[in-house]
Amino acid sequence: MKGNVKWAPLVVFILLGSALTYGLAKPDTTNIRSKMVGASVPSFTLPPATSGLPGLSSNELANGQPHLLNIFASWCVPCVAEAPQLKAIADAGVPVVGIAVRDRPEALARFLARNGNAFRAIGADDASQVQMAMGSSGVPESFVVDGKGRILSQVIGPINPEDVASLIAEVKAAR
Amino acid sequence: MRRLLLAFVLIAAPVFADSDLPPAPLADTQLADPKQEAEAQALMETIRCLVCQGQSIADSNAELAGDMRAMVRERIAAGEKPQAIRAWLIRRYGSWVTYDPPLDRVTWLLWAAPVLFLAVGLIVARSSFRRRRT
Repeated sequence: MKGNVKWAPLVVFILLGSALTYGLAKPDTTNIRSKMVGASVPSFTLPPATSGLPGLSSNELANGQPHLLNIFASWCVPCVAEAPQLKAIADAGVPVVGIAVRDRPEALARFLARNGNAFRAIGADDASQVQMAMGSSGVPESFVVDGKGRILSQVIGPINPEDVASLIAEVKAAR
Repeated sequence: MRRLLLAFVLIAAPVFADSDLPPAPLADTQLADPKQEAEAQALMETIRCLVCQGQSIADSNAELAGDMRAMVRERIAAGEKPQAIRAWLIRRYGSWVTYDPPLDRVTWLLWAAPVLFLAVGLIVARSSFRRRRT
């Protein structure tokens, strides 16, 4: 065997070893992006999550007007931090609708009373079924949906104050 | 002392709290038909939990995993095939969600690797045996 070829297995082993070590040491990505971005909102009908606000169905998301769909819960701490940003987005004229995951009507009413209500409608998703159908893996998450009910983008985690202006622009640009 | 304990309890409270809703009916209850339950169980063991990402939904205690188990059992009970349910989840979360990765543009090397390694081994073995003979 030629002098250089003799070392080939060792080189391959070292390369493989470094690749695997890198893969193990690299922090795991915890954000699972929804593959539904670009597709239509899956068909669903959810009952009202609390008194005083209507429930939500996929038909209402395709009523010709773009929406911001927020998946949240009253028991979710980051959702409290997100509430003022949602309110600001709603105050700018963006229709904000919600899906409350595994929530109780009275707990949700307290949440809205304390943190302000940005929502026109909130559907109750008691067994996370619509959350799964949307490809969402946690709360809070938000989806920009155009007037035909197509999902344009996804925000994973709370909306930060610096994201508000661009989100408003994105929803308003959607048709 | 009591105040200190209280402080520890408060610190220990998880940031992403759980809801206080009970688990979905089929999250922790087996299906009546043993054949269907076995199908559901086999599928659940190969679906990755979205919350505790190293675990299957069969092993995870996360609420979303419970809701995913309930969804799997409901669909199996309704006569849906496990492969269709897996495909439904892959459509939403990508191949990431399954521990049985499909053969596609990204994973072909994973499936071809054993054959490739065997081929390399055969070539190396052949050349070294040939050298010994001369």
